[in-house]
Amino acid sequence: MKKATPETEILDTLTLEDLCRFCQADEAWVIELVDEGVLEPMGATVRRWRFEGVSIARAKRARRLNRDLGINTAGIAMVLDLLDEREAMIRRLSRYEGV
Amino acid sequence: MDFEDYYKTLGVARDASQDDIRKAYRKLARKFHPDINKDADAEARFKAVNEAHEVLKDPERRAAYDQLGAEPQGAGPFQPPPGWDSGFEFTGAGPQDNEGFSDFFETLFRRGATSHGDFNAGQGRDSHARITIDIEDSYRGATRVLHLRMPVVDRSGQVSLEDRKISVTIPKGIREGQHIRLKGQGGPAAGGGQAGDLFLEVSFAAHPTYHAEGEDLYVTLPVAPWEAALGGHVIMPTPGGKVDLRIPKNARSGQKLRLKGKGLPGRSPGDIFATLKIVNPDVSTDEARALFERMARELPFDPRAQMKG
Repeated sequence: MKKATPETEILDTLTLEDLCRFCQADEAWVIELVDEGVLEPMGATVRRWRFEGVSIARAKRARRLNRDLGINTAGIAMVLDLLDEREAMIRRLSRYEGV
Repeated sequence: MDFEDYYKTLGVARDASQDDIRKAYRKLARKFHPDINKDADAEARFKAVNEAHEVLKDPERRAAYDQLGAEPQGAGPFQPPPGWDSGFEFTGAGPQDNEGFSDFFETLFRRGATSHGDFNAGQGRDSHARITIDIEDSYRGATRVLHLRMPVVDRSGQVSLEDRKISVTIPKGIREGQHIRLKGQGGPAAGGGQAGDLFLEVSFAAHPTYHAEGEDLYVTLPVAPWEAALGGHVIMPTPGGKVDLRIPKNARSGQKLRLKGKGLPGRSPGDIFATLKIVNPDVSTDEARALFERMARELPFDPRAQMKG
């Protein structure tokens, strides 16, 4: 058993290369997700892309959906949109149920 | 170690075809995928389903597993008979993300095969886990102790599960869905290389009165009927401390008030959106009853004026 108090930092921006390592995915797949509009990096060219918090979380979710359920990028784009919509509805519903 | 009934986990008969096993697995994987199913136990169910599939999808592994027989009735901890797997050839691919399956799986099915993957590069593998914190932790920063179980491969290729306790400093201003990086806390590297990083995906525990969306905080603020009617200042407790809030005259239930900069802290702090909810006092004394009766008599108010059909 180890006990340690390591340093922590918030992961805020990642390059394409960092994001690929982070999600254990290859560049072509990430570029496909950007083309599909799932991820919205800052920066004009692929080499200058910077992925921020929301895109990092979405990329990781996308990778899991792809790896675990075999969903392709078009399917992932739709699943993530529907999940966002569902989440917003659940929140609205809980507000009404709470009143 | 407890016996795992993989057929029961997938809801298939012991003589199910490989095709039926695959179908049952895919159906359950979709149902319990933690990115899709938000139930508290979905992740555990998903892992169990994957573990069962990992064994049953492979005819060699499945045959070895079948040799073990059904769950021993009324027995204590499960012990595999010696030589249970002789004559079967399988290698030990395990779960993704270094999470580790049950003791049962790790002991019987995990072999050193993964060790090559872990040791080939100069750098250790990254690990991923989730952490649930309270909204207040983002306002103040906090320290949480995280318990992780990771399969560790030694140089001879033997796998064991290691329990790790890591104390994690939660950075102030963290938002839900962001990741915390703990440098060098992932998988170890061979030959003095750099260890991988540990990434923690942050989610907020449900809170009875607050919920966060990005950097903004949403609150339901109860007000008395006279506070809503007359307007004025009320003191509202928030995770960042008490704030003074001005209620406009004739405020409606459901009306949203914005408190700039009082949301989650950070470089660009969020706002608080307070939704007003008018609540009535319990009328239990003669005095309270008299006050309401007077309002009923003297106020020309028809709450159902819009309902005339």
